[in-house]
Amino acid sequence: MTERAYNFAYLDEQTKRMIRRAILKGLAIPGYQVPFASREMPMPYGWGTGGVQVSAAVLTPDDTLKVIDQGADDTTNAVSIRSFFQRTAGVATTTATRDATVIQTRHRIPEEPLREGQILVYQVPIPEPLRFLEPRESETRKMHSLEDYGLMHVKLYEDIARHGHIATSYAYPVKVEGRYVMDPSPIPKFDNPKLGNMAAIQLFGAGREQRIYALPPYTQVVSLDFDDHPFEPSKADHPCGMCGGTDSYLDELIVDDAGGRMFVCSDTDYCEGRQAAGHKGKDAA
Amino acid sequence: MQTNALSGGFADPAIDSAHAFRRVMEAMARPGTIHDIAGAAPPAPMSPAMGAVLLTLCDADTPIYLAGDMECDAVRAWLSFHTGTPFVCPAQCMFAVGRWNALLPLSAYSLGTSDYPDRAATLIVECPELAPKGATLTGPGIQDKALLSLPEIDAFQANQAQFPLGLDFIFTCGDRLAALPRSTKVA
Repeated sequence: MTERAYNFAYLDEQTKRMIRRAILKGLAIPGYQVPFASREMPMPYGWGTGGVQVSAAVLTPDDTLKVIDQGADDTTNAVSIRSFFQRTAGVATTTATRDATVIQTRHRIPEEPLREGQILVYQVPIPEPLRFLEPRESETRKMHSLEDYGLMHVKLYEDIARHGHIATSYAYPVKVEGRYVMDPSPIPKFDNPKLGNMAAIQLFGAGREQRIYALPPYTQVVSLDFDDHPFEPSKADHPCGMCGGTDSYLDELIVDDAGGRMFVCSDTDYCEGRQAAGHKGKDAA
Repeated sequence: MQTNALSGGFADPAIDSAHAFRRVMEAMARPGTIHDIAGAAPPAPMSPAMGAVLLTLCDADTPIYLAGDMECDAVRAWLSFHTGTPFVCPAQCMFAVGRWNALLPLSAYSLGTSDYPDRAATLIVECPELAPKGATLTGPGIQDKALLSLPEIDAFQANQAQFPLGLDFIFTCGDRLAALPRSTKVA
């Protein structure tokens, strides 16, 4: 045994080969969920076991890893996954979007446009977009194979009938290359337009549900909608309190016991970059 | 046992296969792009690129079909030692390995099923040359269009027409590779 207690990037080689084969098939069939033999990871389901396995299969020692949780680099989930790969793969880490080659994300796409050579790995809780409409895997599989997505449109229509608009605000279903309806993971629908035509490779890993799917670069991704109710990405109608940005996705923070609140960029790297460049919002110290 | 079957594997399997996989993934994600791949030294007639792809992706879970001159004792012994892969007929293989003419007809391979299109074979084709010329590629992974020297065009058009079923191809030549997934339109 060498001085390293674990194999490079934690997983054994046979497991990585199995995941790598699933990734290649996922890239060949954009939007289709490839079953894979998900392993138990040293973290609970729901903490990104799928994303971690995909990251472990694609990382090389030359990579620079960034991990975000809802856009933030400094939350528990992001910090622990980052240090996990620091220890088991010896990779460099960063919080700067532009310096990263592999970005593992929970529920956000960075504000800064990604470039060729970067890989975005999503943590996915429920990969099946039809699951809450049809609980049986045997049926949803048939629906995908027959391209039978009427039920999804009924769901969006019921939203309109009840609320006057499509009320789905995250995990908003998309259609990939006119074929597969895909769950983009619970990203806000604000991020949906970034899914399509992205320069980076997008990989999706669902550990508990044992599925991997992928979007190659420059893939056509369309958010489902109706002619008279077109898709609209939405965000809180405020500027960021810290950097004053008006085009980034915002978190709402309650700041006192009197209902006081402030809105700040969910992407911490983007917000810090803007503040460093001299932009100031109304709540900045 | 031939002694040369024991050599020619990855020097550092975990690291070398991680690097090799990234090249294969970039090739599959960006059809038509040509990448260098290194680390393997398989016996003739197998190219180093093809050897590296097989070491990266194959093991006892992935039946392989060896076509034409790849079906020889040296290649069998080398793959058996380094990957432990079983050798099977075209209909049962997950990976088929050989030169284009030896791999034909494509109807012999599994296309996957409409429920599980991922259960399709991947063909690893040894090519005399690999260059950005000839056939025009469009589709997912390609911003505008890409050019790639393909052994022919009709077979790939017929393959794409069956999407989401279909075969996926990796082309190797010397120490370089390119890929053509079933989603790519060829003209």
